[in-house]
Amino acid sequence: MIPELGHFALVLAIFLALYQAILPLAGAAWGRNDWMILARPAATAQFIFVAIAYVALTRAFLLDDFSLLYVAQNSNSELPVGYKFAAVWGGHEGSLLLWCLMLATWTLAVAWGSRGQPLAFSSRVIGVLGIVSVGVLLFTLLTSNPFDRLLPAAVDGVDLNPLLQDPAMVAHPPMLYIGYVGMAVPFAFAVAALLTGRLDRDWARWTRPWTIGAWVFLTGGIALGSWWAYYELGWGGWWFWDPVENASFMPWLMGTALIHSLAVTERRGIFKSWTVLLAIAAFSLSLLGTFLVRSGVLISVHAFASDPTRGLFILMLLLLISGGALVLYAFRASNLEAEGGFRLVSRETFLLANNLLLVIATFLILIGTLYPLFHDAMGAGNLSVGEPFFNAVFLIPMLPLAVLLGLGMHTVWQKMEPGALFARLRWIGAAALIAAIVYPLIVFGSTSVLTVIGVGAGIWVTLSSLIEPISRWFNSRAVRLTRAQWGMFLAHLGVGLFIVGASVTSAFNIETDRAVRIGDRWEVAGFEIEFRGMRTEEGPNYVAEVGEFDLRSNGELVASLRPEKRIYRVQTNPMTEARMDIGLFRDVFIALGEPLGDGAWSVRVQYKPMISFLWIGCIVMAFGGLLAATDQRYRRTVRQRVEPRTKVGVTAEQGSH
Amino acid sequence: MSRYAIPVIILLVLGGFFLRGLGLNPTYIESPLIGKPAPEFSLPDLIDPSANVSTSDLVGQFTLLNVWGTWCPECRNEHDFLLSLARSGMPIYGLNWKDERDKALEWLEVLGDPYVASAADVIGDVAIDFGVYGAPETFLIGPDLTVLQKHISPLTPEVWETRFVPLIEEHSGKR
Repeated sequence: MIPELGHFALVLAIFLALYQAILPLAGAAWGRNDWMILARPAATAQFIFVAIAYVALTRAFLLDDFSLLYVAQNSNSELPVGYKFAAVWGGHEGSLLLWCLMLATWTLAVAWGSRGQPLAFSSRVIGVLGIVSVGVLLFTLLTSNPFDRLLPAAVDGVDLNPLLQDPAMVAHPPMLYIGYVGMAVPFAFAVAALLTGRLDRDWARWTRPWTIGAWVFLTGGIALGSWWAYYELGWGGWWFWDPVENASFMPWLMGTALIHSLAVTERRGIFKSWTVLLAIAAFSLSLLGTFLVRSGVLISVHAFASDPTRGLFILMLLLLISGGALVLYAFRASNLEAEGGFRLVSRETFLLANNLLLVIATFLILIGTLYPLFHDAMGAGNLSVGEPFFNAVFLIPMLPLAVLLGLGMHTVWQKMEPGALFARLRWIGAAALIAAIVYPLIVFGSTSVLTVIGVGAGIWVTLSSLIEPISRWFNSRAVRLTRAQWGMFLAHLGVGLFIVGASVTSAFNIETDRAVRIGDRWEVAGFEIEFRGMRTEEGPNYVAEVGEFDLRSNGELVASLRPEKRIYRVQTNPMTEARMDIGLFRDVFIALGEPLGDGAWSVRVQYKPMISFLWIGCIVMAFGGLLAATDQRYRRTVRQRVEPRTKVGVTAEQGSH
Repeated sequence: MSRYAIPVIILLVLGGFFLRGLGLNPTYIESPLIGKPAPEFSLPDLIDPSANVSTSDLVGQFTLLNVWGTWCPECRNEHDFLLSLARSGMPIYGLNWKDERDKALEWLEVLGDPYVASAADVIGDVAIDFGVYGAPETFLIGPDLTVLQKHISPLTPEVWETRFVPLIEEHSGKR
């Protein structure tokens, strides 16, 4: 009965979303206030009904209602309760419902957060979000209904994929989806601005915190996924350039470009049509990602069960939503006029370069991801580009970006003397270069050109992000940094730490596979490893072979690690649970491979220098984004006109960012 | 509006490709090679680089050509099944794709070697000739060197029983 109520709530949600799409947009077009004021209540009601559907599905999981096909396919009576919550989004149908819930939540937040904006504008934003909701809800209901019954009911379920039975995997999908779906908000703002024909600095100021908010979640979600891949797939790799990873990374890159382009539009009233295009592109790439993951056009380790009808539906959705926005853009973008110009050496130039490089990187990754498809569709047979392609095409635009980033942060708007910039940053540049040459040689005893470039770029970005906050800290007369400025420096610091971590870990990572027996001792990267024994342990829904390993450095015990090989009772494929001794400057990673007979096991030990910097970098980036999104100027509820600004005001602002 | 229309045109072109792509299931894609002679190759043997592995080694028996690499997580997942197939007498040749020799040798030593021989395709030319989509990928090649089947993604007992065994039976009946 309750599942039917959930199903019914989903149907009602579609009608509410239709209402939320049509009335406000029509009201804004014909100037009917009485229609426009219905946008907010409609969005609220839509959220409530999607939430009811979601709760109904969660309840079915908690009560082991295997008369629902989806529950029977993704859960089991022995599954621990915590994972039953996560199992709701463990398959295609439920994760789509989560998508709908996230979209409804963003819409609700925008509806109530936009009360300071003109009614015609906020109504259009809510209306556009309503159109997207209608599309996704229809998709769920028509092709992927999670409430389909299974008659007769299954005795027990086939269990959640064991790969997903992991704490990081509980947090990863919702986090990623919040970010992914959140890109719908800047998209809606962009379309609303095109419809209104009014795109000014106020518009950029309204859009920016939402964009940064979505970006923060996307950053966190991607980092969690990467961390999960690192320890759960048992391979110690942290990024595979898998189509699904790329599908989340491309909106992130576009979102990053959008945040920077919005900064220019907000401060200087230029780059308008470019900003709008980025907003449309970022969400289009989110939709494209959904299409790639769920249609089965590309093979991936994470692809959901593929179904051509679903693929066709999302493709149509993508073409209608993005295509509609782009057609509107084609007609309206020429009306968006720049409010001023800028000189060659100015913050605007650096941000433009940032945008171009990020877009180029996204484009190359898109081509690499879709290449097999193009090749195939043109009848030329299958061909694929692998990791080497992605590493190369990603590094080519990213290294200049890192160099420009340090310069750009210290450049003021409109115009700057190149000499002043040079005077300010020469010592940092020199320090970064020296550290990049010396550090790998001292710590690891070897180096390469690529390492020097990577480490140098990372240290350069790190130092140039730190210098301003530190010098202000020691100068009591200096103007205090605003929260947005803190956010910017922190986010860039995160980028710097990330680059250092990625460069060092890929250059000096040591991987060994060995066949060992109990009692064997061997050495990896200066650590002595002892295989002490094996035992069998019972988990709630699996049996594990647990290896006991001691890790010693100079005779002192550093850690005892117990990597596992689990066989889940229902889905019997073996799962590798690697264990790590985590340190700030190195992880030591042990994973059990296959039993080789005669008590021998293949054991993979990896030494990963500075891999923690990857995750720390991402956390710092996300935290910086959080600070920037909650800056005071975005929290004004009363509308304030930013222009006209006096000449004095502009000058005062040049020193800040 | 002309230049502002470029993005929508790009989207439509992409959409066209996707529409075609939907009709083509990448796992069960009909390789254009099926029914045709296997592309000729001659590559150094992975274990003994002074020797060669070439198309002529495959003549006269049904063989599998398995594309693998140590960088490919899914290859490890199918490895056990390949070992059991090899034990049952099926000759499997490896195409070690864009890999490092040391790692590949270590892999075979630690995990076991199911291959009669592995050809080292360091540059990836042969993989291109075979239209390799991504590792792991397995080709069934007939005694007359005709490509009979291609499977993308790990080989499993089910896939073996349903997509390979019937073909071997059918083609050995004909001879």
